Amino acid sequence: MLEQAAAQRRQRQQELIAIAELADTGSAPAPSETSTSTSTSVSGSGSGSPAAAPAQPSPLADAAEPSLGAFDDTFTWSAEVLAAQGRQLDDISLEEIDWLGRLRRGLEKTRRGFVTQLLDRLGDDPLTPEVLDDFETTLLRADVGVQATDQVLEALRQRLNEEVVDPAEGIRFLKEQLRGLLDEPITASGVPLLAPERERLNVWLMVGVNGVGKTTTLGKLANLAVRSGYSCLIAAADTFRAAAVQQVQIWGDRSGVAVIANPSANADPAAVVYDAIGAAQSKGTELVLVDTAGRLQTKHNLMEELAKVRRIIDKLAPDAAVESLLVLDASQGQNGLRQAMAFAKAAGLTGVVLTKLDGSARGGVAIAVAHEAGLPIRFIGAGEGIRDLRPFNSFEFVEALLAV
Amino acid sequence: MFDELSQRFEDAVKSLRGQDKITETNVEGALQQVRRALLDADVSLPVVRAFVDEVRSRAVGSEVVRGISPDQKFIQLVHEQLVETMGGANAPLAAGGTAGAPTVILMAGLQGAGKTTATAKLGLHLKDQGRKALLVGADVYRPAAIEQLRTLGGQIGVEVFSLGTEARPEAIAAAGIAKAREEGFDTVLVDTAGRLQIDTAMMEEMVRIREAVQPDEVLLVVDSMIGQEAAELTRAFHEQVGITGAVLTKLDGDSRGGAALSIRKVSGAPIKFIGTGEKVEALQPFHPERMASRILGMGDVLTLVEKATKEVELADVARMQQKLQEATFDFSDFVQQMRLIKRMGSLGGLMKMIPGMNKIDDGMLKQGEQQLKKIEAMIGSMTQQEREQPDLLASQPSRRRRIASGSGHSPAEVDKVLTDFQKMRGLMQQMSRGGMPGMPGMGGMPGGFPGMGGFPGMGGMPGMGGMPGMPGMGAPAGRGGAPKPARPAKKRKGFGQL
Repeated sequence: MLEQAAAQRRQRQQELIAIAELADTGSAPAPSETSTSTSTSVSGSGSGSPAAAPAQPSPLADAAEPSLGAFDDTFTWSAEVLAAQGRQLDDISLEEIDWLGRLRRGLEKTRRGFVTQLLDRLGDDPLTPEVLDDFETTLLRADVGVQATDQVLEALRQRLNEEVVDPAEGIRFLKEQLRGLLDEPITASGVPLLAPERERLNVWLMVGVNGVGKTTTLGKLANLAVRSGYSCLIAAADTFRAAAVQQVQIWGDRSGVAVIANPSANADPAAVVYDAIGAAQSKGTELVLVDTAGRLQTKHNLMEELAKVRRIIDKLAPDAAVESLLVLDASQGQNGLRQAMAFAKAAGLTGVVLTKLDGSARGGVAIAVAHEAGLPIRFIGAGEGIRDLRPFNSFEFVEALLAV
Repeated sequence: MFDELSQRFEDAVKSLRGQDKITETNVEGALQQVRRALLDADVSLPVVRAFVDEVRSRAVGSEVVRGISPDQKFIQLVHEQLVETMGGANAPLAAGGTAGAPTVILMAGLQGAGKTTATAKLGLHLKDQGRKALLVGADVYRPAAIEQLRTLGGQIGVEVFSLGTEARPEAIAAAGIAKAREEGFDTVLVDTAGRLQIDTAMMEEMVRIREAVQPDEVLLVVDSMIGQEAAELTRAFHEQVGITGAVLTKLDGDSRGGAALSIRKVSGAPIKFIGTGEKVEALQPFHPERMASRILGMGDVLTLVEKATKEVELADVARMQQKLQEATFDFSDFVQQMRLIKRMGSLGGLMKMIPGMNKIDDGMLKQGEQQLKKIEAMIGSMTQQEREQPDLLASQPSRRRRIASGSGHSPAEVDKVLTDFQKMRGLMQQMSRGGMPGMPGMGGMPGGFPGMGGFPGMGGMPGMGGMPGMPGMGAPAGRGGAPKPARPAKKRKGFGQL
């Protein structure tokens, strides 16, 4: 099911790119990138080479078309996201289409901003090396970092040396490069879209430095899980920060999810996790969300504590699907990469949740994290509402990243 | 990636070597590296550009004085310019009001910047100064934010006031001030909810809170890990709310803290405090010159020294120094020093503050820490007498065998540690004879370091055994103005130079 959805998603994404290009340039849809097959084969090749023509519209979209009216950008995008979530047509609510539509319109605006601005200024003249400075500025201001910026611009420069590139194509190429960096670890993980596995214990461990929104993200994930029909449990293993357990309790109440906590002050977080996994196993719970205390990656003893939590999980639930998710604040800069490296070591990270993307920060450090730490970005948090968390989509992210 | 920074910087600056003058052309490469360094430190791009231009105009044509090479001159220029931009000397908090007319301090910032924690830390800071502070919890949005402030207030023994989450923040703040007037508090700290600078409704609320409390001080709390947003954030808060200063938090991490430069440059308001830990005591005044070194990736010797000073009793220092000179430094002293190091934080954290030492990888540090544990175990198996008189062990093999089996090590390992200890004692004595004028506080270090790097030939600590980084400690700290990555070549001269 999930694989099917992923295949559909990829197709939709390709279509979407084609449509986007059509909108931007008025030219015929260019051949899209990503892999030629629709299987979820593991490959590190990323995007790079232009592949076969865009895929045919998926059956899901065909079926949805008459019931929901115009087959436009917004609809395509909404359908794509929903398909990626593995949703069937009959459990997609109008509310969701509406929410996704609003999101899409927001993106649309920013996308037009960047593209038309540049295109207006450049006209049809071939891309010159000077224009690259504008690209560089945009990327650097988005926190992409010097290293990754140099890398994608170098690729563009090489192309400029070989052939004449018009601005629209330059931008397309740039986006493709960025998406390639983001998609690489996702492809490598073999799991295009992260969702708990049914009929099995899933343990999702949320880790990160202080104040990035771990607890909030956990609350949103709990809500998403409940809405998707999983039985869910929260382990309040942040036993350090004052009132953290209360905060998680409030989130639990909002979604009607039970919270396992240890009432004594400064309890061992591993003990809370121990209790939670025990409870989950006896109740047959599908998803255990573990909230941990924020810790700076330089605090050796705290990182050891985290490693212990991770060991407990692996030991107590050897058959569980364990996801260890780093919560990264989009407003953070280059330190994000250091965090990824350090937490990967201590907690065996399997993915990243990028939060606070509703601000003006663009979270470009995610590119460095995806590329250099090889971690797939799994979710994006934007807003304080309980539903403001959605699966990561490199297309959407790159569009937003490059908006001026 | 980041730790290459200092090296790259050094390489770029090398191109200036042998030139008699800094010119437009020969400085470009070095400036490019400055730009990279600043961007990697998350200084906002417009600020980086302005800064690089300033350095260029200052550097070009500047005469190179005899005795200073152009590369040194250039680094000095960059460092000076950084310090200058960040506001010269440390700026104090608004003076205390009087009972009945309290000073009002308003805390503002993004979600997760650390406002609540910073509020409590400031509360403790004021309490330590003998001021009577009231904390007001006006964050009605984040679940349990007020409870968090109450818990922290309880920990530090400072009263917390709030009206719960049903009241409007401006009403809570105003009521808090009224209470402070009546009950004779001299300072009120108002904690507010985190807000995005682009959230118009929330920014308007901030303005209403400001109007309700008429603060003497509006502190922008900024996470030191913030990226390019720092400039925009500061601009928005400054234009709409008007800030008088900033608190940079989470500097106990390994972020370079480029935000300090952006904040100052954009708002003109000084950074007043830095948060350096989760404990309520972890608040320090901001020192531009230290931040300059940190931003350039040149280590933070002064903070290291200060940390050491804080942990070491002065009497201990004198006693230890004497012991070193007389070479009577024994195993109990060694254990004491090791515990001291542990109190200061992880070995890695400390090592990374030392210029030139930031290239040590974690594996090596781990080995070092393991080695220390091993030694501690051995010392644990010694009798009091043996600890005080290490010579006893040298003369009696049966004691060494007992220690080996008691601590779970082979006799050969014990022998090695003992030989190393003796060597170290000799070395320490030599060093301390060099004298340490002008740097009190450092007195605690010679004792502190043998456990870490000074153990000569300590097998498990490649690259640390010979203390390659130590000379670096002396040079930049002493000169203050012109820190430079350590040169491993100058072995074991560090303390002498101090």
